[in-house]
Amino acid sequence: MATTTYSNESAAGNLTARALREGFYAGLVAFGLFFLFVGLETTQNIRNELVLNQRWGLLAVFVAVAAVGRFLGVLFVQPWIAGRKAARAAAVDKAAPETFLARNFSKIAILVVALMPPIAVALFGVQGSLKWVDNFGIQILIYVMLAWGLNIVVGLAGLLDLGYVAFYAVGAYSYALLSQHFGFSFWILLPLAGILAAFWGMILGFPVLRLKGDYLAIVTLAFGEIIRLVLINWTEVTRGTFGISSIPKASVFGIWSFDVGAPNNFAKVFDLPMSSAYYKIFLFYVILALALLTAYVTIRLRRMPIGRAWEALREDEIACRSLGINTVTTKLTAFATGAMFGGFAGSFFAVRQGFVSPESFVFLESAIILAIVVLGGMGSLVGIAVAATVMVGGTELLREMTFLKAVFGPDFTPELYRMLIFGLAMVVVMVWKPRGFVGSREPTAFLHERKAVSGSFTKEGHG
Amino acid sequence: MSALETNAMNQDPILKVEHLSMRFGGLMAINDLSFEARRGDITALIGPNGAGKTTVFNCVTGFYKPTMGMISMTQQSGKTFLLERMPDFEITRDAKVARTFQNIRMFSGLTVLENLLVAQHNMLMRASGYTILGLLGFAGYRRAKEQSIEIAKHWLEKADLIERADDPAGDLPYGAQRRLEIARAMCTGPEFLCLDEPAAGLNPRESLALNELLRSIRNDTGTSILLIEHDMSVVMEISDHVIVLEYGQKISDGTPDEVKNDPKVIAAYLGVEDEEVEEVIEEIEEIQESDGEQGGKH
Repeated sequence: MATTTYSNESAAGNLTARALREGFYAGLVAFGLFFLFVGLETTQNIRNELVLNQRWGLLAVFVAVAAVGRFLGVLFVQPWIAGRKAARAAAVDKAAPETFLARNFSKIAILVVALMPPIAVALFGVQGSLKWVDNFGIQILIYVMLAWGLNIVVGLAGLLDLGYVAFYAVGAYSYALLSQHFGFSFWILLPLAGILAAFWGMILGFPVLRLKGDYLAIVTLAFGEIIRLVLINWTEVTRGTFGISSIPKASVFGIWSFDVGAPNNFAKVFDLPMSSAYYKIFLFYVILALALLTAYVTIRLRRMPIGRAWEALREDEIACRSLGINTVTTKLTAFATGAMFGGFAGSFFAVRQGFVSPESFVFLESAIILAIVVLGGMGSLVGIAVAATVMVGGTELLREMTFLKAVFGPDFTPELYRMLIFGLAMVVVMVWKPRGFVGSREPTAFLHERKAVSGSFTKEGHG
Repeated sequence: MSALETNAMNQDPILKVEHLSMRFGGLMAINDLSFEARRGDITALIGPNGAGKTTVFNCVTGFYKPTMGMISMTQQSGKTFLLERMPDFEITRDAKVARTFQNIRMFSGLTVLENLLVAQHNMLMRASGYTILGLLGFAGYRRAKEQSIEIAKHWLEKADLIERADDPAGDLPYGAQRRLEIARAMCTGPEFLCLDEPAAGLNPRESLALNELLRSIRNDTGTSILLIEHDMSVVMEISDHVIVLEYGQKISDGTPDEVKNDPKVIAAYLGVEDEEVEEVIEEIEEIQESDGEQGGKH
């Protein structure tokens, strides 16, 4: 007894000593790092002279944060993590029974999303709901749909596409130009935009099909940039960087219009006060339906021979060829299907903004969509939807954090830190879950029971 | 099957390789190789390392385009395909030649059952009206899907994998992956099956089970088999016809017994110079005689 107590005590003593030591070193390193960066500041005074300011207080804060943080980390956080890890290893045999929420997650999520506009209207009033429906709802759903579309190409077929935004642009400009020049309605142009984007997907697909991996990624990246540059420079048609404005609004299948002057204006017909919120709520349901269509088609296609061939292509292309699968047409269909959904989303984007310009279709958009697919877990619809909500919703949420101005001063604009936080979140998620939120894969057919395939067996594809 | 029928079948070559040459830069991997594989036979292709066996396979299955020569495959229906002119996936789809790989190529993230369903891609594609009819939920596709699962089940039972049908293929042990690869190739409905070292890395028990599987494939489906193998217990046990390659050329061709006693083959495997072949053969004959005497005594 005595010995164990003694050893426990000495272990605790050792830990405290180690924490103190490491805290001291962390402080020392922080001092070395920040001495010049933070401790000294050069500014220009009114006579344009360089003045050296000394900020020892701030430096002390930095060093103290590092030292105390390391001390607490070693003393409390590390043992806590180790304890949890041990507990989890012990509990690994006891598989937790699936809760009701886990089993019906997607159904509940769809229901919540579908009920969001009425709830927002009830809580914040018609005008107040605008922010939630438009900035959060529609914005997130556009990215969910884009990511689900890209998921077909990257997640299922394993073809790394860095130029996905090109198809989004094709869809947007198809709607913008055709509606302005020919006066077609949204409901005619929506499928047409999808078809045109799919057609461009095939045009891109043909030359790049021989390429694999990094080479494919580079060529798709170039394709995305080509489309953007064409949009900028073909000024007679696209009006270049000015973009195309006053794009006609969509109507409820021609029955009710949202144009203010129209006799069948939605608000007038139902005797409601005039507000742009109705149009946004209508658009919310349109993009929700489009996103659900994407999900439904993806789920159906995965169970079809073509979907299985896509996944087989991701796993091993040579084996696919040895089984008589025409890999060229298989890749082309993946590209075209993914592009088609990008086109749908693009025409929706145009109708929502009422304005398109090449500014909206930069590489960063492609990168964000790809990041959402990777973070969500390649191939997993639920994971991707969660990732889109967290990433896009999170960055939108930054705009709401005006209280931070009280902390960091009136010049502080939290949304400028969007990409920084986005990047940090990506690093954290990739360390914590390298295969994305949902790393496992649902098999498309089963004999005895449906068992999820662990992410350690699936491959990312070679190109 | 009566002996007469077997003979009649045997006279009909399913695969004919004529003057096949394959050159990689300065290296002549195959040099003017001609051989035939007869319908209903298990034909073995053997030879020392680097003899060009896998290259022959890759030429037959379209993964390489031969520098010279002709490879013709005659189906049961009498239709003839010139394999050297066809892209690899058409060779499997139209000419009905299936293959496996020396280093196993599984769809490791797909389940065992899905692996076998992918192999039936072309049949299912046609049944689903190239996806469109299937998406609309036509009954024809549903029937084809059920049928494809039945076929998969049949081969899973043959390959003794039915218990593991819903596990990821990457999770199977090595021997089971080999069997799965053969089952997957059979799901394409081939008339001619090319196996690249199916027994490599198998233990003796698994190797025996493989022999059983290959024999039953040949006897039950009438599929002809061409196999590369280093494991002589497999080759001598199951093959009807053996072709020996060395340095890209055929050095022997015949029944397993004929090949086993062919001095050139012995020399190739023992690695002796051409001039010494006669001596080696004499030595071997002496050993065999003394063995025979011993056998007689006991």
